[in-house]
Amino acid sequence: MTKTPMLDVRALRVEFPGRHGSVTALADISLTIQPGEILGVVGESGAGKSMTGLAVQGLLEPPGHVAGGEVWLNGRRIDQLSDREMEKVRGREIGAIFQDPLTSLNPLFSVGKQLIETIRLHLPMSRSEARIRAIELLAEVGIPGPEIRVDHFPHQFSGGMRQRVVIALALAARPKLIIADEPTTALDVSIQAQITSLLRRLCKDNGTAVMLVTHDMGVIAETADRVAVMYAGRLVEIGPVADVIDRPSHPYTRGLMGSIPTLGARVPRLQQIDGAMPRLDAIPQGCAFNPRCPQVMPRCRLERPHLQPSGAGQSACWLNQPAQESAA
Amino acid sequence: MTTPALTVTHLSRLFNVSAPWLNRVIERKPKAYLRAVDDISFSVPSGGCLSLVGESGCGKSTVARLVTGLYAPTTGQMQFALGKNGKPLAAQMIFQDPYASLNPRWRVFDIIAEPLRELKLRASEAEITDRVGELLTIVGLAPRDGRKFPHEFSGGQRQRISIARALATEPEFLVCDEPTSALDVSVQAQILNLMRRLQDEIGLTYLFISHDMSVVRHMSDQIAVMYLGRIVEQAATEVLFASPKHPYTQLLLETIPNVTDPKRDREVQSGEVPSPMKPPSGCTFHPRCPQADARCAAERPEMQAYNDGSRVACHRVAETMAALAVPQVGERRLSA
Ligand SMILES: Nc1ncnc2c1ncn2[C@@H]1O[C@H](COP(=O)(O)OP(=O)(O)O)[C@@H](O)[C@H]1O
Ligand SMILES: Nc1ncnc2c1ncn2[C@@H]1O[C@H](COP(=O)(O)OP(=O)(O)O)[C@@H](O)[C@H]1O
Ligand code: SF4
Ligand code: SF4
Ligand SMILES: [Mg+2]
Ligand SMILES: [Mg+2]
Repeated sequence: MTKTPMLDVRALRVEFPGRHGSVTALADISLTIQPGEILGVVGESGAGKSMTGLAVQGLLEPPGHVAGGEVWLNGRRIDQLSDREMEKVRGREIGAIFQDPLTSLNPLFSVGKQLIETIRLHLPMSRSEARIRAIELLAEVGIPGPEIRVDHFPHQFSGGMRQRVVIALALAARPKLIIADEPTTALDVSIQAQITSLLRRLCKDNGTAVMLVTHDMGVIAETADRVAVMYAGRLVEIGPVADVIDRPSHPYTRGLMGSIPTLGARVPRLQQIDGAMPRLDAIPQGCAFNPRCPQVMPRCRLERPHLQPSGAGQSACWLNQPAQESAA
Repeated sequence: MTTPALTVTHLSRLFNVSAPWLNRVIERKPKAYLRAVDDISFSVPSGGCLSLVGESGCGKSTVARLVTGLYAPTTGQMQFALGKNGKPLAAQMIFQDPYASLNPRWRVFDIIAEPLRELKLRASEAEITDRVGELLTIVGLAPRDGRKFPHEFSGGQRQRISIARALATEPEFLVCDEPTSALDVSVQAQILNLMRRLQDEIGLTYLFISHDMSVVRHMSDQIAVMYLGRIVEQAATEVLFASPKHPYTQLLLETIPNVTDPKRDREVQSGEVPSPMKPPSGCTFHPRCPQADARCAAERPEMQAYNDGSRVACHRVAETMAALAVPQVGERRLSA
């Protein structure tokens, strides 16, 4: 395939100064997202999912910083842009959706005013053109009566409707990439399904690339095309969603899948991964998963495995890598 | 059938949500009440697990607080069976947030020892030390963990500490309000396995509360689905999943994200839960129900029992399944 991916992250590394030298929060993050594709990013809390999204948008809280690697958006490198240039990229080319819709909305202004401002910031439109566009956007995200709702304030919307407004805001400038961080976590299941089906439709209709960050494997299964599994600041596995779920190749992904109660056959006992994910300043040498891995080998405690092709995707585990390859 | 550990009949709880007195006088507003739990009846099988499910705000936590005595019922009865000691069972509660429910300034030992000391369940400090060590071991921690403070533990370990504390008084009945909702799935699996093991080993009865249908399916023998303060359907777990009858149960089952059988090409348009301050008339689900007719807006559907052991409150189900209805059995069993 020679298609240019919409997002191309290459060996991204993020560091924070810590009490004992710098802490590597993210290492070796390499992933791509094609236009019209949804990449799910999954993992337990503290795995580095949100930080990956923030690093791509140039929004890391200092003193955290990108310490290595590259970020390419639609064929253009963006990790070295100035703050001012990056500001233009955000909103215009990358739209963001966060977990709590209230953080993205100003309670003092009508949603129409917020939409119109965002649209005019990025697109050359008159106020009245932008208002028409705002109403179109509200209709597009499934808000009934958009001509009336456009003049309402955020508190006049329910939780699910507010998240739709946030999605409309993220779409305002027709971005190429949307980064959605736990967009449905604060919502009830019946509303959650409405929002994920909306994201899917918008992504397919507009050819937008979507990075969908969530801890919920069910949401990933029903929404994403491919999935990246993170553990302790590293990618352990990435591949087509059906393959990763049905035939997980990394022992951590296998444990994670086994620990989810399913609606299929009922089991007396869930599979469990004993222990807990290490903190980022206490990541063990070698494979970060080695203290919890049921298949650990001596080599796993010394050398860190890198992502290598495995099945239809890639996985970072010595089990999937012939011994001679690691010498290179 | 054995007597249920808990039988709840026609339980309701209102909250006074009026504006402050002065505002009411100035704005001429009447007093306002919110019916958080609205005439519900259910029973929890002894040694089994009944789960309450439903979207946030449907009244699950209020039921938990009523059952554990943290709130008083406005109307209705709760009848506990007699425990091993001949006294009525007392319910202990495990909360969702293991961070908020443990005193951060106390060592774990003292957190778990408190109910033992308070209720004088052990005579000497040496016996208390033994019992705390035993409780920590039961929940998968070590006796020496008692020396640490809550902040030194992960979320999953803190939930283990909450469980050890709840078990200190040797309860036979635990009310668990979303005990794993704040935890990652791999940690959730550890806690759910622990709870199942305790049920087998100690013979605990659970009233389990969750918004997660797959967790509920894993844990329960019986499931009661709540909507706006009412139970709309109750059935044995396998019956509920195999043949959900109430349109709201069907909506819930349709919309849960499913890892093993994902439904990727749906477009869901099912509306949202209305405000409990102004619940819709008749069947409160009627504004969202694809099968609603004029009667649904006018008349509240009664709970009706069916011959597969389920109970459903829906006019449409009552019409289409009339042949399978069991006259009055649900009510009689509950009040027996
Ligand atoms: N400013 C910071 N300094 C040091 N560590 C941080 C900072 N911000 C976040 N972290 C750590 O980075 C890790 C990854 O966090 P995050 O990306 O939010 O995880 P996730 O979204 O997967 O739950 C966490 O362990 C968090 O404590
Ligand atoms: N102490 C209270 N005072 C007033 N309203 C309350 C109180 N506790 C709960 N409610 C209301 O009662 C309803 C049911 O709440 P709750 O039992 O917490 O639901 P759930 O646990 O299912 O999310 C909600 O509308 C909630 O706002
Ligand atoms: S590299 Fe070794 S420790 Fe890591 S997941 Fe693979 S087998 Fe387990
Ligand atoms: S009573 Fe009517 S509105 Fe209520 S669930 Fe049944 S069919 Fe729907
Ligand atoms: Mg996060
Ligand atoms: Mg609750």
